[in-house]
Amino acid sequence: MDWRLDKKRPICPQIGEKICVFIASGEFNAGDRLMSVRDVALQAGVTPNTVQKSFEQLEQQGVIYSKRGSGWFVSENTGIAKEVLQSLIRSKTIHYLNDMQSLGLDKKEIIEIIKEFRYG
Amino acid sequence: MGELFRCDSLCKDYGSVKALNQLSLSVASGKIIGLLGPNGAGKTTLIKIINGLLQPSYGTVLIDGKQPGVDTKKIVSYLPDVNYLNNWMTVEQIVFMFADFYEDFRTDLAFEMISRLGIDRKQRLKSLSKGNKEKVSLILVMSRKAKLYVLDEPIAGVDPATRDYIISTIINNYNPEASVLISTHLISDIESILDEVIFIKNGGIVLHDTVDHIREEHNMSVDDLFREVFKW
Repeated sequence: MDWRLDKKRPICPQIGEKICVFIASGEFNAGDRLMSVRDVALQAGVTPNTVQKSFEQLEQQGVIYSKRGSGWFVSENTGIAKEVLQSLIRSKTIHYLNDMQSLGLDKKEIIEIIKEFRYG
Repeated sequence: MGELFRCDSLCKDYGSVKALNQLSLSVASGKIIGLLGPNGAGKTTLIKIINGLLQPSYGTVLIDGKQPGVDTKKIVSYLPDVNYLNNWMTVEQIVFMFADFYEDFRTDLAFEMISRLGIDRKQRLKSLSKGNKEKVSLILVMSRKAKLYVLDEPIAGVDPATRDYIISTIINNYNPEASVLISTHLISDIESILDEVIFIKNGGIVLHDTVDHIREEHNMSVDDLFREVFKW
């Protein structure tokens, strides 16, 4: 799991986004038990308070729910997590397109570059 | 979460030099707090006053409602910025010494953390590498069940793997009744594990805020903001 965070943005919403991405991409399914607050804190290298706050916000949004004494679980409805993933994809795409446009490329040229591009 | 400690109008003069100048501060329990400032800002002076090693020239400090002294030493676990352990002692001896000194010391936990590092408890401290010595010092401090942990420059001069170990040890031992105060000037390494940061400059506080609020308001990391505030 990729826990790399953007150093310029607040941490709490980023943890929420990561959890949504893990749910939307199927690493966690509806009804699955999530990692504990402490495990997320350790893996992401962030304070447990921030993870706790982030989980509580996800609970309010209906993405996850807590069971007293047994931890956090993924809600049956994974629609919200998928929406979050979609909006992340959208904003990252816009960001990329803006960058490429500022380098003087139009949409057609950008698509060509992506098609031709090979990793490594 | 209640108030764990507070300073009011704290001053410390060394002759004509004001190491602390009217510093007031309130810290709640359950927080990991970064005390950030350039060299000479007054970080270590403040920490020594909290630990009763220095007397303020003016002003008060209250830890859990008490002035620094015997009672507060029972609830404050302090990691100084210099190695203060006896080099001729073995790891085991130093653990038992801590167990004798502090009622809240968890011997089992200390030995468990030490063995997980692969350190032989019969080894003398002087034969440990610098990194392992730093880790043992931190283990001793974090093995106490204190209300306030005060770590003075715990990540200065250690390699990245040791730094990560220190960070996970702090997170692992986190509990909502205690707070951890970490002084450092290497902010980017630890800002994500901090709930709050305190910027201190010329003996006074220039900023006391949460990490996420700083990032939200300034659109930059705490490290970037630090560089801006403390620009030459």
